[in-house]
Amino acid sequence: MSQEVEGHQVDVRKRKFLIAATSAVGGVAVAGVAIPLVVSMQPSARARAAGAPVEVDISKVEPGMLLTVEWRGKPVWIVNRTPEMLDLLGKHDDKLADPKSDMPQQPDYCKNPTRSIKPEYLVAVGICTHLGCSPTYRKEIGAADLGADWPGGFFCPCHGSRFDLAARVYKGVPAPTNLVIPPHQFVSDAKLLIGVDPQQKDHRLQGS
Amino acid sequence: MSAMQKLMGWIDDRFPLTATYKAHLSEYYAPKNFNFWYFFGSLALLVLVIQIVTGIFLTMNYKPDSELAFLSVEYIMRDVEWGWLIRYMHSTGASMFFVVVYLHMFRGLMYGSYRKPRELIWIFGVLIYLALMAEAFLGYLLPWGQMSYWGAQVIVNLFAAVPFIGEDLSIWIRGDYVISDATLNRFFAFHVIALPLVLIALVVVHLVALHEVGSNNPDGVEIKKHKDPKTGIPLDGIPFHPYYTVKDIVGVVVFLMVFSAILFFAPAMGGYFLEAANFVPADPLKTPEHIAPLWYFTPFYAILRAVPPMFGSQFPGVVAMGLSIVLLFFLPWLDRSKVKSIRYRGPIYKIALALFIVAFIGLGYLGLLPATPIATIFAQVFSVIYFLFFLLMPWYTSIDKTKPEPERVTG
Amino acid sequence: MKRMKNLLFLLAVVPAIALAAGGGHSVPLDKAPVNPGDMESLQRGARMFVNFCLNCHSAAAMRYSRLADLGLTEEQIKANLMFAAEKPGETMKVGMTKSDGKVFFGATPPDLSVIARSRGADWLYTYLRGFYRDDSRATGWNNTVFDKVGMPHVMWSLQGEMVPVYRKEGEHEVVERLVLAKPGSVTLAEYDSMVGDLVNYLVWMGEPAQVQRKQLGVAVLIFLGIFFVVAYYLKKEYWKDVH
Repeated sequence: MSQEVEGHQVDVRKRKFLIAATSAVGGVAVAGVAIPLVVSMQPSARARAAGAPVEVDISKVEPGMLLTVEWRGKPVWIVNRTPEMLDLLGKHDDKLADPKSDMPQQPDYCKNPTRSIKPEYLVAVGICTHLGCSPTYRKEIGAADLGADWPGGFFCPCHGSRFDLAARVYKGVPAPTNLVIPPHQFVSDAKLLIGVDPQQKDHRLQGS
Repeated sequence: MSAMQKLMGWIDDRFPLTATYKAHLSEYYAPKNFNFWYFFGSLALLVLVIQIVTGIFLTMNYKPDSELAFLSVEYIMRDVEWGWLIRYMHSTGASMFFVVVYLHMFRGLMYGSYRKPRELIWIFGVLIYLALMAEAFLGYLLPWGQMSYWGAQVIVNLFAAVPFIGEDLSIWIRGDYVISDATLNRFFAFHVIALPLVLIALVVVHLVALHEVGSNNPDGVEIKKHKDPKTGIPLDGIPFHPYYTVKDIVGVVVFLMVFSAILFFAPAMGGYFLEAANFVPADPLKTPEHIAPLWYFTPFYAILRAVPPMFGSQFPGVVAMGLSIVLLFFLPWLDRSKVKSIRYRGPIYKIALALFIVAFIGLGYLGLLPATPIATIFAQVFSVIYFLFFLLMPWYTSIDKTKPEPERVTG
Repeated sequence: MKRMKNLLFLLAVVPAIALAAGGGHSVPLDKAPVNPGDMESLQRGARMFVNFCLNCHSAAAMRYSRLADLGLTEEQIKANLMFAAEKPGETMKVGMTKSDGKVFFGATPPDLSVIARSRGADWLYTYLRGFYRDDSRATGWNNTVFDKVGMPHVMWSLQGEMVPVYRKEGEHEVVERLVLAKPGSVTLAEYDSMVGDLVNYLVWMGEPAQVQRKQLGVAVLIFLGIFFVVAYYLKKEYWKDVH
């Protein structure tokens, strides 16, 4: 294919090819600059260091007690549930929005009636799934302000959302889903590592 | 009619997209004899884009706080993903901006691009150069190293040399009695918002003025004098797009090779682009042994130092430095030659321009050195040449024996 | 045209002269054996750094975790190099406060994150090997490249004690060279090599991305070379219309 421009033959196909080739290489060049710029907005080494897994000594958490630790700037609760507390967990499924933990609010290894790895230890992100307040720990059974049938759990003071001791949300409250269970693992009986799934390599050095 | 044509029609009814494209690219006729020196205009635009884009991303992580600034730059260099690349692009870009702009201005001097009817293009260009110097000076304080600090200290103290109001003026500029956190904060504001806006606006008017009168060329003759009687297109003109776009792409790639070679293999450029002393955090109590501005300011710094204090004041030196830039504005009216391009000028102008370039580079070199007596004498000689180039121009350009200009462009 | 070539030549030559004339040091510096690709040397240097420097100097921009770039595992970093920090993500801080440092040494020991970029490798290499006995100093030490330095010779147990041999230069006596008066735990050659490792580490720490930077640079230049060929043929094809 050729056409005449100012008295000489022009190979249109060659020009089209060269334009396509230059555009392709130029596109790669633009992408090559754009990618580092976009990636630079990812969490930096400092943010990753601050968000690194947190090791918690749980030997001092007595049965019934709640310990709050900070992980990625969020409060994470560790509750050592007593046998009585665990017994009560199964008795109010009808009042819960998602008793079987069908919503993906927990890692697969915590999709069980106690929403935990070891039944007694609940590890949950203490941030209400409604608008992000931090609920309070209300372990007293039948507390006066929460009703005689209150089996112990968490109550969000902002908008009145209720969660049981497996951090499952009640029906008819503003919060739509159960509280989030973060990835965690037991390094030993007394040591809990928050932020890493079991059997997963420790990623603290990742990308540094 | 295809969907694309329909869309274009829809837009053109509401915004002059096709008309703008034609006026500035596909039907903007540029002389066909541009040479090597004509790459630097588009390259300057490229560097401006690089500086703005990388600057935005640096701003996301930099802290304009005297306690945090120095470490925040190292944070960018280490902790931010690709931060080192973005920072080096910006620091290399700063120096390369001046390399490109100096070569662009030299092109103007050689081919008389400032002459009638392009006086305003030149004036806007000098304003861009001034804004660029201010931008570079303000930006250099931000890493908050020793050179940042003491360089800013020395330059702001120049304002203190202004009679009567100087002291108050310099305090007002700093917002403090020394360069401090307040100074850093306001320099940051000017560097990232105010001057970039001014620069962009000036670049737009520079280009609008250029496209109004059309580009000059190495022969210094007007291509609009000879138009095709039927189409009205200059006989020696070719559409900017595609001819100069494809040519400029080649220039851009070669420039990027030089740029990358510096960025990836010598980002400090032996201390000329990033000074070693600037890797020491600013210390208001300890002056570095030798303060030199970055290379692109050194010619003017040398002029400043070449003028001895008079009546116990540094002011004459400051005036001389200011004048050395102000003179550039008058260039279109100082040049009385019958021809524009150096190709048809006589020997006098060629010698004058050569001396001027030697003086300018010589001053640039001396500005890097400590002011020894012998260096000062050289700086004084070069300064005199610098000024005489402009001040004697009306005389020597009118007596210079020029060659006749061709009717049409050559080669 | 010829004159223009002369001008171009000048443009090229003047910076070269400037480079050659720059950096006039009064004391000649020894060339430091720097090789940021030598992982073993860098690892030895890192160990020297945490053992001898990090007691008084910080490296506030440097995270322990970054030592993984030197081929070290997290366990190795924690066990061998982290004495003053809890987590590998922390930066290399120092227990001594700024005011303490000022009291002990007359000046706050500088942060060493980018010391190699401000001082240069050769200066550091000469400095760390340039301590000598000087009883007139409070610390008992002086230095050939940093006269009246506030820092004591922290590695004297390795190097041993050096004493100066003076040479008359006009009115002044200057240190011509140092000789070993009391041997340390290693030979002088071994000491030089250890200091070489340390300086190598300091250079790496000054810009941990430098190895990656140069590797990427080669790739970018090759890519631009390809870009140039394509763009050049495109230009040539279109400019057939003009010539």
